[in-house]
Amino acid sequence: MTLASSHTSELPPGKDIKGKLSRDDLMMRGGMIIIALYLVITLAFPLFSMLSKSFSTYRFELSQYEFQVSDEAGVFDGSVLTGAALNAQTEAYADSDLSTGADGRLGVTAFFPEFSFRSPVMYQIRNVAENGRFLVGSTLYDDTAWQTLDSNTFRRVQLRPTKSTGVDNFISYFSTPALFNSIKNSLWIAVLSTVVTVSLAFWFAYALNRSCMRFKGFFRLIAMAPILVPSLLPGIALVYLFGNQGMIKELLFGASIYGPIGIVIGSVFFTFPHAFIIISAALAISDARLYEAATSLRATPWRTFWTVTVPGVRYGLISAAFVVFNLVITDFGLPKVIGGQFNVLAVDIYKQVIGQQNFEMGAVVSVVLVVPAILAFAIDRMVQSKQVALLSARSVPYQPTPNAAADRGFLIYCSLVALFILGMLAVCQFAALVKFWPYDLSLSLNNYQFDKMDGGGWASYFNSIKLALLTAICGTSVVFFGAYLVEKSNGFGAGRAVFQMFAMLPMAIPGMVLGLAYIFFFNNPDNPLNAIYGTMTILVICTVTHFYTVSHLTAMTSLKQMDREFESVSASLKQPTLKLFARVTVPVSLPTVLDISIYLFVNAMTTVSAVVFLYSPKTTLASIAVLNMDDAGDIAPAAAMGMMIFYTNAAARIIHLIASRGILRRTQAWRTR
Amino acid sequence: MTAEQTSGEFYLSIKDLWKAFGTFLALRDISLDIKEGEFICFLGPSGCGKTTLLRAIAGLDLQTRGSITQDGKDVSNLPPSERDFGIVFQSYALFPNLTIEKNIAFGLENAGRSKAEIATRVKDLLKLVGLPDQGKKYPAQLSGGQQQRIALARAIATKPGLLLLDEPLSALDAKVRVHLRHEIKELQRKLGVTTVMVTHDQEEALAMADRIVVMNHGVIEQVGSPTEVYREPSNLFVADFIGEMNQIDSAVANGGRLAIGEDSFACHAHDFSDGAAVVAAIRPEDIIPHEVGYQPESAEQNCIEVLLHEMEFLGSFWRCRLQNDRFGGAELIADFSINAVRRLGLAEGKPMIIELPADRLMAFDRSGES
Ligand SMILES: Nc1ncnc2c1ncn2[C@@H]1O[C@H](COP(=O)(O)OP(=O)(O)OP(=O)(O)O)[C@@H](O)[C@H]1O
Ligand SMILES: [Mg+2]
Repeated sequence: MTLASSHTSELPPGKDIKGKLSRDDLMMRGGMIIIALYLVITLAFPLFSMLSKSFSTYRFELSQYEFQVSDEAGVFDGSVLTGAALNAQTEAYADSDLSTGADGRLGVTAFFPEFSFRSPVMYQIRNVAENGRFLVGSTLYDDTAWQTLDSNTFRRVQLRPTKSTGVDNFISYFSTPALFNSIKNSLWIAVLSTVVTVSLAFWFAYALNRSCMRFKGFFRLIAMAPILVPSLLPGIALVYLFGNQGMIKELLFGASIYGPIGIVIGSVFFTFPHAFIIISAALAISDARLYEAATSLRATPWRTFWTVTVPGVRYGLISAAFVVFNLVITDFGLPKVIGGQFNVLAVDIYKQVIGQQNFEMGAVVSVVLVVPAILAFAIDRMVQSKQVALLSARSVPYQPTPNAAADRGFLIYCSLVALFILGMLAVCQFAALVKFWPYDLSLSLNNYQFDKMDGGGWASYFNSIKLALLTAICGTSVVFFGAYLVEKSNGFGAGRAVFQMFAMLPMAIPGMVLGLAYIFFFNNPDNPLNAIYGTMTILVICTVTHFYTVSHLTAMTSLKQMDREFESVSASLKQPTLKLFARVTVPVSLPTVLDISIYLFVNAMTTVSAVVFLYSPKTTLASIAVLNMDDAGDIAPAAAMGMMIFYTNAAARIIHLIASRGILRRTQAWRTR
Repeated sequence: MTAEQTSGEFYLSIKDLWKAFGTFLALRDISLDIKEGEFICFLGPSGCGKTTLLRAIAGLDLQTRGSITQDGKDVSNLPPSERDFGIVFQSYALFPNLTIEKNIAFGLENAGRSKAEIATRVKDLLKLVGLPDQGKKYPAQLSGGQQQRIALARAIATKPGLLLLDEPLSALDAKVRVHLRHEIKELQRKLGVTTVMVTHDQEEALAMADRIVVMNHGVIEQVGSPTEVYREPSNLFVADFIGEMNQIDSAVANGGRLAIGEDSFACHAHDFSDGAAVVAAIRPEDIIPHEVGYQPESAEQNCIEVLLHEMEFLGSFWRCRLQNDRFGGAELIADFSINAVRRLGLAEGKPMIIELPADRLMAFDRSGES
């Protein structure tokens, strides 16, 4: 009669039952491992190479070498001098000359003031220790045997540096004001741009969500336009407006647009849509009942605003702030174009690497830049998870009521913002079509003859389209399939957690850092993947990885909404999971798949930061061409190319829209009841 | 249960099965044998582990310990795709982008059937579940009850040896539910497929099951036919969970009788020793009414006088609350037929005699209370 109490309540000892894996399980795990490996190779390894590079220092250790000099008859008297002693005698090299990079070489004839390559004097040189290295011509000697060389050969002797690991690079970074000042510059530019953008975007989003203003659709469209152009395009517009020969440079009252002012204005332009989307989403989910309560309590609009509206969107505001901060601090194109003498971290990386070929210092600056980027990213993630919790508790959507005065105010405000955005684009388009600013304002298409300029010509443009298409197709496939495997495979919890972590990582890594890391990793002759260096493949890989996270999250959100039991049903019917994936999952998620591909396409068209280190003469890109033509002083063609990117992206978006509608109508008949 | 029997004569045998989620034990020491063609219901309160047990049988969530044998084959650690079952979920999990026909045909493909064969089978199945001309529609265009039948058709399309149903009716409204209950039962009988259904609706279980498995807190409390678990509950939990039960504190008096207040009553056989504190229990409908002045034939008839202090008309019977001071102040609930009430002239505030038939008065261990 007492059945319940007769049961023990301790799990009997023994091993947990291990399930036999089905073919599908194996396939899914295999797939996950492959995509995880892809992320490791295209992200973790390069970052690691970069990190280790930043801790590598190279130095000529003169005490590691010994020399002997003969008399004119070629007879050595047996006296041996170390390189260090010779340098002390002759003061040929200062201590700072001895610090170098991985490729450093140091001649030795300077140690011998009476050296002449025609002299019959003979020289001997050797390494003291086994790990010493010097070159004679292109032959490397790394043993301790004496090499006897005549004068003519001796001048071709070059010492090679010794690598050591340590924080020396960081010490020299932080003791060079020209370098570490950039930290301060970057931070305050980012903070200022964030404050301005978030404020502007908040009121814009507020007007669109909470007023009965007219032309909302139009304003929404305009707000998104900056996403379609590279971040350096507003810089070009600003040069035309406020530059040395600017149309309205008097408005700056003598201040220069080249520097913080230009960077902030341009940053506001290109980050505006990002802030707008986030804040708009936050405003859209707030609960009307709270407003009804506030009205019934006779709260003033001002009070309602501070006690209901702002707290309701606080997560949105915080998230938008960190996203904008991250975009600005990691952006390279804009400060490159309009920054003038004002140094910021992202440009420093470029200057160190491209300008000075100092890869180690480039790596150091990258590490410095990653810190705020990762922090901003982490905070944003935390905040976003709270926002989601808010969303699931959503209830009655808010319906704005007309208010003539307020609506007119909002309309004026939104028009001004729209004017700002459209104005920047219009200036670029105008500049592109004018013959020779500001002297000959007649229209021509001369600036579109890209083949006559630096930057790769029209080929760049077509390369960009190729890159964008490949990125959209490959990226969407990899990302969506990867997300599917993580979301729907059984067990393998640890593996899935690791995969998730890798998928989140790209978002935290600034493009410049990623690009530089790729140089270190892929441009290494010992790396079997070295072959893809300088090809379109590496550009595609880099771009897919760079924009992996947002795509992955989009896919995950959509997959999570799908019935978890589809896979169970399919398994019970003994159908392969891949069939389910192709027949059900993909068709049902088609809108999401298309969203991901257009996101990747547009970003591949506009990205500069990562690929700037990776393009080769055969794979120049439109966005890079804008940068290079601007650099070379061909600003009008740069603007023209920038606008080509804009029109291409706009066209892609329109095609995307039409395609989505068409495909939806054809394959998703089930959506309409 | 019949743990000694060899699993050979059963279609499905579950042995010493445990399931742990971290430190939480969702299933504890479950053993159960199911005969071929049987309709089994897992019944229990929410969170008792019904779904967990069903998913273990399907291989969707493996048990932590224990074995499962299906059709003589040890399937304990096999993935779902290597077991033989069809399943219907509470959400139906119909593929929204495929037509009804394609949904049903999904499992028929890749098994060497020709297109024509598949089409015929789909047609037969649609007829079988009573939706012969809905094949071209999409799931969203059907009502909940229709979707449920399609899910069922898809699950039995491949003629699985075992049909698993997880609360298949709970998303439907009451009328449709009762109707489909019969249809599913009918279909199961026609196909003779061994079926396990999870439900927390006792009426559903009583109406459909050949045998009910009553579960609570991860253990099986009782296995038996609907009448068995209803009439002979093995403990207070089962007694209380299925149907209604008056519960009165009592003690076992000399000779196994139950002492309640100042009286002692003859009762159903039990194996408590004299003096044990137990709960006396009787179902409301088992109480027999008599008019005042009724003379019992013997003391074994358990007659007492009570005051009928409240009556509630529940359509097919009267629910009556009865009081007796000598009864330790306890209130009894009794269901009397309309007929009896009229015949005996029962009315609120009047005294009456009730009889507690000895074979319906049961004694339970108090600790079995949940
Ligand atoms: N994946 C899981 N992780 C942790 N605990 C779980 C998990 N799945 C189920 N449980 C727990 O196991 C217990 C049994 O769950 P189960 O879903 O089997 O209940 P149920 O009897 O089907 O209930 P219901 O009638 O509500 O469906 C519950 O306490 C539940 O919280
Ligand atoms: Mg359940």
